[in-house]
Amino acid sequence: MRHIISLLMENEAGALSRVAGLFSARGYNIESLTVAPTEDPTLSRMTLVTVDSDDVVEQITKQLNKLIEVVKVVDLSDGVHIERELMLVKVRAVDKDREEIKRMVDIFRGRIIDVTDTSYTIELTGTGSKLDAFLDTIERSTILETVRTGASGIGRGERILKA
Amino acid sequence: MNTELTGAEITIRCLQEEGVDYIFGYPGGAVLYIYDELFKQDKVKHVLVRHEQAAVHAADGYARSSNKVGVALVTSGPGVTNAVTGIATAYMDSIPLVIISGQVPTHAIGLDAFQEVDTVGITRPCVKHNFLVKNITELATTIKKAFYIASTGRPGPVLVDIPKDVSQQKTAFAYPESVVMRSYHPVTKGHSGQIKKAAQLILDAKRPMIYAGGGVILSDAAMQLTELVRMLGFPCTNTLMGLGGFPATDKHSVGMLGMHGTYEANMAMQHCDVLIAIGARFDDRVIGSPKHFSNEERKIIHIDIDPSSISKRVKVDVPIVGSVSEVLVELIKLLKTRKEKPDQIALKAWWTQVDLWRARDCLKYDRASTIIKPQMVVEKLYQVTKGNAFITSDVGQHQMWAAQFYKFDKPRRWINSGGLGTMGFGLPAAMGVQFANPRGSVACVTGEASIQMCIQELSTCKQYGLPLKIINLNNRYMGMVRQWQEFFHGNRYAESYMNALPDFVKLAESYGHVGMKIEQPGDIEGALKEAFKLKDRLVFMDFITDQTENVFPMIPGGKGLSEMILV
Repeated sequence: MRHIISLLMENEAGALSRVAGLFSARGYNIESLTVAPTEDPTLSRMTLVTVDSDDVVEQITKQLNKLIEVVKVVDLSDGVHIERELMLVKVRAVDKDREEIKRMVDIFRGRIIDVTDTSYTIELTGTGSKLDAFLDTIERSTILETVRTGASGIGRGERILKA
Repeated sequence: MNTELTGAEITIRCLQEEGVDYIFGYPGGAVLYIYDELFKQDKVKHVLVRHEQAAVHAADGYARSSNKVGVALVTSGPGVTNAVTGIATAYMDSIPLVIISGQVPTHAIGLDAFQEVDTVGITRPCVKHNFLVKNITELATTIKKAFYIASTGRPGPVLVDIPKDVSQQKTAFAYPESVVMRSYHPVTKGHSGQIKKAAQLILDAKRPMIYAGGGVILSDAAMQLTELVRMLGFPCTNTLMGLGGFPATDKHSVGMLGMHGTYEANMAMQHCDVLIAIGARFDDRVIGSPKHFSNEERKIIHIDIDPSSISKRVKVDVPIVGSVSEVLVELIKLLKTRKEKPDQIALKAWWTQVDLWRARDCLKYDRASTIIKPQMVVEKLYQVTKGNAFITSDVGQHQMWAAQFYKFDKPRRWINSGGLGTMGFGLPAAMGVQFANPRGSVACVTGEASIQMCIQELSTCKQYGLPLKIINLNNRYMGMVRQWQEFFHGNRYAESYMNALPDFVKLAESYGHVGMKIEQPGDIEGALKEAFKLKDRLVFMDFITDQTENVFPMIPGGKGLSEMILV
């Protein structure tokens, strides 16, 4: 099953490598991983997506908790949560394709953030499956480049993760 | 006014503040300032080893036998890479160590400088935590944190990497009295609701079994465990790491369990209805195949300080996270308030069964042999030392015979590399044990293959006058490798035989020690007595043993507890 794990950790050099090292050393897979400092610059927030059995994911959260620099770990999949991913896509846009692509971007509530004579750069935010759906919708051969951040997640309502 | 100290002075002052009496190390370019400060004081005594691996093993033996944090000091680059085996050994067995390593100056880091390695990167997977100190103002706090992390929770090695320029710079020194880390709060007290559930399961048990591991030793809970077992009258088995946690000569002891455990211990593990696992982790050398283990139904209580040890290989019913000693105190207290006792008729029937398994006499060997049987050497060693020696071992057949035949009644007397299985551990570990216990008898049970992995330490032993007794069970084979090749690889003894072994007697003598060669079974006892009479000399005893002897019982790799090969 797919799990989205959120963690707060000390914003220190090497902290990220401890998490990445743990996953490779114990043979856990990482589907995506995003990390950035929080409003408190001494803390980083990381979101990890992994697909594994519940037993393995239980071990993953325990092992993450064991890392000295990790302050808190929560499996967001245990409760209701929101997740978003940002994607930037550069597509070839010429002639009548320009109008068609513009329409698709509007339907998916994306934005065109850079334009040349022959290309658009599109910004799109949503769940991973929405981003997948957009890529499936546009003509594959027109895609020049895609950049995805991986999922970030947050609990719904009162549920918060704080140090 | 607060005078400023150099990083090197601060390092030594921190060690003094922590009450460190011995550190084990080897100098080099990146730690020269630190060595200079060591030279100027005499509170922290430095032991000069001959290889950095031995420095860490010695610190490890010191820690295991004393319950203090062991400290090692090594230089950058090869100093650290040599130390890695020692660090990984301590990590696998949860031994509290602080390793101080030198690093190239901060401005040279990342430029492939002479003797530079990414120490934090290389050691990351085999330490509890590590630090690179880039700013001298953080040095004292970092060392404080290192000792705190190493010795609390599930213990483990912590490395502090100090660049050369940091050891040279100056700052005001104040050693913090305590340390608070928002990201590190080891649990000690067990959940009272869980302890209640455990007590109920224990009282309802018909075929109970206590399975105690290294956690009992690490948390100094041998007394509590002994009280619990005797109070309940349950059978108790110890893991390789847990030997001495419960007296081996007590009638409730069924010996060690696992791959080379006793028939009675393994059968009782497999067929019990309530299993109380205490500071143990169900590893592959202990329960064999988890699938086979789960063929029989039983309820499992698991007490461990590390939540990630719980339900890792085997699902448990009542997990209790906490320090073994604290949880056992609570559990004993609770059981004493309860009026009911476990079903005594069922318990008696269970003991009858256990005694039947015991009657199988699984550790028997040919005592009339005219060639020295290694088991007999360990038995005689036990008798001659009256069970009071500190025994270190290397890894292989001799390690298993030492574990099977030396009856440990006290904790911290059996010192071996259980998790990593590090050949070369025994001799340097014995040095550390002797420093921690200057009046204790210390013997290293080893084999001719293992001993050669750190044999250079005979020189260290001479320098410091360490009167170790080395029991070399010399069968001219890497015995355990040979045994597996005999059982599972069609008697093809690929590279498990060493030609051109040294004359160990002459070798010992060349280092200034006493050497003995023992070839007749009748000479074993006399030779041991003679060796232990030489109270201030290291004696290297080369026992020429039966080449074909195997360790029994044996659970083949991947098999289950009741699938033992018996003699």
